[in-house]
Amino acid sequence: MPADLAPGRDQTGLQAPGIQAPWAMRDTVAFAGIGTTRYGNFPETDSYGLGCEALNAALDDAGLKPGDIDGLIVNRMPSYERFAEIMGINPQYCLLTEAPGRFSGVSLALAAQAIATGAAKTIALVYGNNGRSVRMMYGGGDSQWSPWGMTSPGAIHAMMWQRHMHQYGTTHADLGWVAEAFRHHACLNPDAVMHGRPITRQDHAAARPICEPLKLLDYCLINDGAVAWILTSAERARDMKRPPVLLSGYARQDAFHYGSAPADDFWQPTLGACQSVYDRAGIGREDIQGLGIYDNFSPTVLFSLEGLGFCKPGEGGDFVRDGALQLGTGRWPTNTSGGHLSDSYMQGWGIIAECVRQLRDDCGDRQIPNAQAMQYICATNIAQSLILRRDA
Amino acid sequence: MSLATRPVPVVDNWNRPFWQACGEGRLILQRCTATGRCFFPPAPVSPFTGRPQWEWTEASGQGELWSFVVFHQNYFAGMKDEMPYPVVMVKLDEGPFLLTNLDGMTAAEARIGMRLAVRFPGGPEGFRLPQFGPAEAVA
Repeated sequence: MPADLAPGRDQTGLQAPGIQAPWAMRDTVAFAGIGTTRYGNFPETDSYGLGCEALNAALDDAGLKPGDIDGLIVNRMPSYERFAEIMGINPQYCLLTEAPGRFSGVSLALAAQAIATGAAKTIALVYGNNGRSVRMMYGGGDSQWSPWGMTSPGAIHAMMWQRHMHQYGTTHADLGWVAEAFRHHACLNPDAVMHGRPITRQDHAAARPICEPLKLLDYCLINDGAVAWILTSAERARDMKRPPVLLSGYARQDAFHYGSAPADDFWQPTLGACQSVYDRAGIGREDIQGLGIYDNFSPTVLFSLEGLGFCKPGEGGDFVRDGALQLGTGRWPTNTSGGHLSDSYMQGWGIIAECVRQLRDDCGDRQIPNAQAMQYICATNIAQSLILRRDA
Repeated sequence: MSLATRPVPVVDNWNRPFWQACGEGRLILQRCTATGRCFFPPAPVSPFTGRPQWEWTEASGQGELWSFVVFHQNYFAGMKDEMPYPVVMVKLDEGPFLLTNLDGMTAAEARIGMRLAVRFPGGPEGFRLPQFGPAEAVA
């Protein structure tokens, strides 16, 4: 741990969960279907309409009908009940998960647990967001820090990044490699919001400041769209239309002791605990061909890589330099759809969908050659990582 | 400076004494009586024990500039005139962090690690917001 970790904090030392122990759920649950909508500004519909579009695409992908769904997890739409009513689904397992993007991975784990315990056989997970057309504002309102003007997720990450630069000597230019790589990927992805709009690191540096030290191209997009996944047991998935993609490992460690302030440790202890995902999956880092990293703001990509041990704490800037995350250039193609920065802000749901698509060779111009396993990382107060792989 | 038009603090049963003390120009913190450690924001129990065993204590008002940002996007009508404005993260000598603003200095003068001290230059009606400035300026 860094020497200057807050001494006034409860640093009890997090235990890596289940490290070296095989995970009881390893490879038992699979993605049987994936559906995504177009991404953009669609005032003529809403999150329910988009959610229906994504779920229908996922059902078609899996070769299933709404009546085959006996579990439903809904996210970012107002009501699970209304969505189930609209789609004509009467499941035996149903819930609405919290809106923040950390709940994409949490929802996936809940579904896997429900399938493993027999609470449901085939679960549809549906995310629908019309934040763009309703002019969703991420910031403002009354909160703990509003009297001081402190608001918005971007400002929290800007605060952390300023400290990271001070503590480790990273620079804003390091983030330019992240933004440039993801935009390059978006330009290979005809469905991406930023398709056809390439940027350079110079554009990244010259962008207007939003919350210094972060600038416009460090921020995720805000757009409408929806994503649906259909999960079932690996066994059942093998009899379905598409080749199953297996959930090999999942690890999570929460930390809620930050006093409602930005994390002063870049989530290194909790992300470090998530390195147990390799043992849980039985898949090592070198066996992985590509990454999906929750990029609400460009610094989280570096925090994720440092926390999961791709490089040492503070070395994320060196690690991403020279296009390490760029398809065709680097060892670790990351967010090949363009991610939240350049494809679509689907709060992790789209990034996980892209990992599945890579493992089904569905990615066309942005396909990672011989992709056998993909890793997803989410750096938040609920730190998570998961590994997906092809069925053998 | 337009502290008078800042967003009004959300007062609850736990932070009411904090805001009352600020109104008198004092910074107070809850201190866990079992561990001696301070915590913020105000809460019903100590996060170090989970028990309602704590007391209010007068804070030194001194701390270190841990990090800072400058807002170029406005989210609050009452802060329009302050754009662009800095928010600083101060690590109090007692341990907890405060997110606050600079008083008597600019963001260009902010250096991570510098010593800062609290002051209470004003706030929305009925409140005085803790702000921080150079420590040496306050004897």
